[in-house]
Amino acid sequence: MSNSLETANQPEKLKRTVIEPLTRVEGHGKVTLLQDEDNNIRQARLHIVEFRGFEKFIQGRPYWELPVLVQRLCGICPVSHHLAAAKATDMLVGAAQLTPTAEKVRRLLHYGQVLQSHALHFFHLCSPDLLFGFDDEVRHRNIVGVMEDYPEIAKQGVLLRKYGQEIIEIISGKRIHGVSAVPGGVVKSLNNEEIQYLLGDIDQITEWAVGAVTIMKRIFMEQLDYHQEFAHIDSNMLSMIGNDGSLELYHGNLRANDMNGKSIFDRVDYTDYQDYIREGVKNWSYMKFPFIDSIGAEHGWYRVGPLARMNNCDFISTPLAEKERQEFRNIGGNKPVQSALAYHWARLIELLHCAEAINGLLHDPDISGDDLMNKGELQRVGIGVLEAPRGTLFHHYEIDDDGLVERANLIVSTTNNNQAMNESIRQVASKYLSGNELTEPLLNQIEVAIRAYDPCLSCATHAMGKMPLEISLVDSNNALIDRIEKGSTGQIKRSNN
Amino acid sequence: MPEQQTFKLDSKTIPFRDGDTIMDAALRAGEYIPHLCHNPEFTPHGSCRVCVVSANGRHVSACTQQAMNDMEVDNRSDAIMDKRRNLLQMLFVEGNHVCPGCEKSGACQLQAVAYYTNMLSPHYTHFFPKRSVDASHADIAIDFNRCILCELCVRASRDVDRKNIFSISGRGIKARLVINSDTGKLGDSDLTATDKAVHVCPVGAILPKHRGYDKPIGERLYDRQPVSQVGDVAAHDEDDNHG
Repeated sequence: MSNSLETANQPEKLKRTVIEPLTRVEGHGKVTLLQDEDNNIRQARLHIVEFRGFEKFIQGRPYWELPVLVQRLCGICPVSHHLAAAKATDMLVGAAQLTPTAEKVRRLLHYGQVLQSHALHFFHLCSPDLLFGFDDEVRHRNIVGVMEDYPEIAKQGVLLRKYGQEIIEIISGKRIHGVSAVPGGVVKSLNNEEIQYLLGDIDQITEWAVGAVTIMKRIFMEQLDYHQEFAHIDSNMLSMIGNDGSLELYHGNLRANDMNGKSIFDRVDYTDYQDYIREGVKNWSYMKFPFIDSIGAEHGWYRVGPLARMNNCDFISTPLAEKERQEFRNIGGNKPVQSALAYHWARLIELLHCAEAINGLLHDPDISGDDLMNKGELQRVGIGVLEAPRGTLFHHYEIDDDGLVERANLIVSTTNNNQAMNESIRQVASKYLSGNELTEPLLNQIEVAIRAYDPCLSCATHAMGKMPLEISLVDSNNALIDRIEKGSTGQIKRSNN
Repeated sequence: MPEQQTFKLDSKTIPFRDGDTIMDAALRAGEYIPHLCHNPEFTPHGSCRVCVVSANGRHVSACTQQAMNDMEVDNRSDAIMDKRRNLLQMLFVEGNHVCPGCEKSGACQLQAVAYYTNMLSPHYTHFFPKRSVDASHADIAIDFNRCILCELCVRASRDVDRKNIFSISGRGIKARLVINSDTGKLGDSDLTATDKAVHVCPVGAILPKHRGYDKPIGERLYDRQPVSQVGDVAAHDEDDNHG
């Protein structure tokens, strides 16, 4: 069904609904919907109209600047870009293996990052939809409403994020855009005082993480059929995987399974990613459309992120998260869980895993070691891949003889989910956009579908659950039928002829 | 015994010797006058003008103006700080100084002096000049985006290294640092990593290759104390000079 909504035979004669802007990290996105005279959806597209250009303007820069330069791509998950670029530069400086201390400090940093990002997304941005319902009054459906009605949950969300941010600050010097990883290692490890400080709260953090999974599980199961159906699409799943098949966020190989959970490829060295993944372009979006080469552009698109990771892994190495994973997988029977809203559930299981993994690392003596760097012969190509909060993140650099960047290719997590987000929007639009009158709940249904993927578009700038949106509905003669506008402060304004 | 000559720097009495500049005497007395192109090891140059002071009512550069008995020097008034801030803002917009990504951040004298003068924004429109990075040398890279034409490398290469590897070409806004080699590339010059010229750059223009950001944030040269107390970046160990 949904694929048929990508194009329309005579789009110029159809009613066009534009949702613009859908705000993104540093730029903009929009949704266009085309309806025929009977208001059937004939085309639905998510356009990313921003242009960042990082791949271009780092050309000519020295390779050792990359982890610091490229993290400026994002203000929510800079650590992910910092570490992916650092992994690529490890390869450039011939550091085939990091010292145990360097590897573990980076892992701790990464777990802190994923924990804070997931906490931000669930508690601050999505919990209002899930706790109050998608059609709750807009004035109430925000983090302030959560603080009023569920003050304990709101507090836990804020403090969970704070804990992750503190890990980042201790390791990298700043909560946002610090410096920890350099080519071949890290610049510091943790001292005993820092370790004891973080250990002081870890039991509480783990307990709250368990509570968060429980809340999400309860919400999902209370209306299981509805939550399974909303923005549901069947897709392939791509993620990194540990050598033993475990959930892996920092370093491992690539695994792709199809919609039935059957293997497309497995244990692929990520430095060979170009043999398996290709990137398509469309003339209506600046964001590329990656796909699995062996399947082709039409059916080879895939999903990444918590849902894909939870479906793809064989187990989770930490006990509490593994128990939750098993329960999660049960709702899919022997097939992958495909519900878009299950992203939230999977995300919180990962948050719990991060809390457990942080606890383990803080008890590991290597975390305070002095052996920080490892280097070998300079190489011309460096590829770094990891699992960012939102999914698989690829950094690929090629340098010249002088050590200056000649070419760069970045496939960021949200890009991997591009087609999937389009498909989910189509599903929601075809189901909920009916009649000429556009309603705020409709607006929010589309936002909810986009938010499930936690794209940069959602995470960075839809301030407190209020993405500034504008939807216009025009008839086939281009006359405005209805227009609804939601400002950045959440107020709704309607104007129609 | 001749009477000690002194001048007033703000409210303080500063002794000086014959031949001293205002800067010489002030630094010896432990008084900080902001500066970038000045380094006590080299002949004063007076090009950055950041050390501008008002001496007996005239605006002069402290690094080139001879101290005179009973001179009244204004170093810290708002009016003088405003002028320095304007000069720094012009330096920032004239080049491409991207502190968030620069490996010298935290140990950069330009950045530190800008903080000292409470510069909060570039104010002027950025020129965004197209400049390159010369990484052709095995050990040293030059990022021309960050050069402020202080000529410390020129002076060090000429006066200490005796190699004359660096020079300024062009005039006014077209002035630029050039390299004395057949190709104009650093890799074809006689520069070595131990040359004095490599260790005097107050900004992140001349840097060792394959390293950077190796000092954790919080431990870099200017992280804990301002430039007025820490002094010039060139006066510190190499390990302190990288962000």
